[in-house]
Amino acid sequence: MLAKRIIPCLDVDHGRVKKGVNFVNLTDVGDPVEIAAAYEKQGADELVFLDITATNEKRKAIVDTIEQVASQVFMPLTVGGGIHTIDDMQRLLKAGADKVAVNSAAVNAPDLITAGAEKFGAQCIVLAIDTKWDPATNRYVVYTNGGRKATDLDAIEWAKEGVAKGAGELLVTSMDKDGTKSGFDLKLYQALCDAVAVPTIASGGCGKLQHFTDVFKETNVDAALAASVFHFGELTISDVKQELRTNGVTVR
Amino acid sequence: MIVIIDYDTGNTRNVKKALDYLNIENTLSADPAVINQADGVVLPGVGAFGKAMDALRERQLVDVIQQVAAKGTPMLGICLGMQLLFDRGFEFGENAGLGLIPGDVIAIPEDLGVKVPHMGWNLNTVTQNDPVAAGFDQESTYFVHSFYVKTAPENILATCDYGVKLPSIVRRDNVIGMQFHPEKSGQIGLNGLRAFKEVIENANYSSN
Repeated sequence: MLAKRIIPCLDVDHGRVKKGVNFVNLTDVGDPVEIAAAYEKQGADELVFLDITATNEKRKAIVDTIEQVASQVFMPLTVGGGIHTIDDMQRLLKAGADKVAVNSAAVNAPDLITAGAEKFGAQCIVLAIDTKWDPATNRYVVYTNGGRKATDLDAIEWAKEGVAKGAGELLVTSMDKDGTKSGFDLKLYQALCDAVAVPTIASGGCGKLQHFTDVFKETNVDAALAASVFHFGELTISDVKQELRTNGVTVR
Repeated sequence: MIVIIDYDTGNTRNVKKALDYLNIENTLSADPAVINQADGVVLPGVGAFGKAMDALRERQLVDVIQQVAAKGTPMLGICLGMQLLFDRGFEFGENAGLGLIPGDVIAIPEDLGVKVPHMGWNLNTVTQNDPVAAGFDQESTYFVHSFYVKTAPENILATCDYGVKLPSIVRRDNVIGMQFHPEKSGQIGLNGLRAFKEVIENANYSSN
């Protein structure tokens, strides 16, 4: 049986790992290669790197970072942030990324998903969605630009469209939960997993071990992603896996 | 010297990075003369079966791969590279493979309640004693694929359960295949690449 994946997320700015709480307030937590190697030892199943470098001219720093990490750490690597073109994808995949995640650029030009899937295979293209519940319209609204800009899109419908266009995996962040440490947005992931058949990564809200059990027991997601709880050593990946094993969730 | 066949497929560099990390001498090449001289050949691959065979054909690599396999050079196909070792693939129509191991490459059935592609870490069960597979029993490796190999049990060294029991390691004499990515499966995967290196050393020893 396929193991549920635990994925630390590394926000990278100019070649250093940072953590944005609620997408702002950066704190330097260290060197990407060292952190990646430490997570590999702990038993991480995959790593996600989000390039949060604001200026385009500095973006080649992430290519160097991935090149270095991929030479020392042998597990799947996903890179997102600032990917706008097939060339951006190509550079990162050549540097050693296994998958690329597209977010705002896919909302602005959904055919980027199809073009990427046709060139590199659907398994390479992750559609990242940042979303927030809107009580007024009773739906999950998609946000772009690092959570700063609301769109007209319904997250569940956008997920379906993205998969139809060729996305092989979804990385879905609940902005309501992100940074709160109050648990994953179970309702969101239940709705998503009912709507699409591709692997889905839950992100945002975990603060304690029980939250991982909840998201795997209560929803059909394939992976859970977390940043600060791992970066600051509040939880280790081995703790999480032990907890999941005890509760009958298949892990590596 | 191990030659990694370079035919514009995505993950060749990651295989190279893993071999470099292990200090196993290797080079990327699409030159038939270089491939012909190799002590061992790695055939990587991601993408679709038909397109990959077209890419090998365009570079005139099909004949040389079949020749080196026939003369006993150890060969390791990884992921799609493993699938290409077989007779036929049925991804986007029927396509001829390299025909080095008898068998077909067919879709993972979606009606078994599993998500396709098979993506993530899954457990291997060794079904035959062989040094290549020995380190993988009850160990997880990283898979990314939507198609799987159907072949006789004698060619299968290990399987993985994903609705169907799909072959995760295959071997026929000097031709070896790994459906998972050993270059992305942590220390366990790297041990698989070391085992391939030993196959090469033993082949050299017996031919000297």
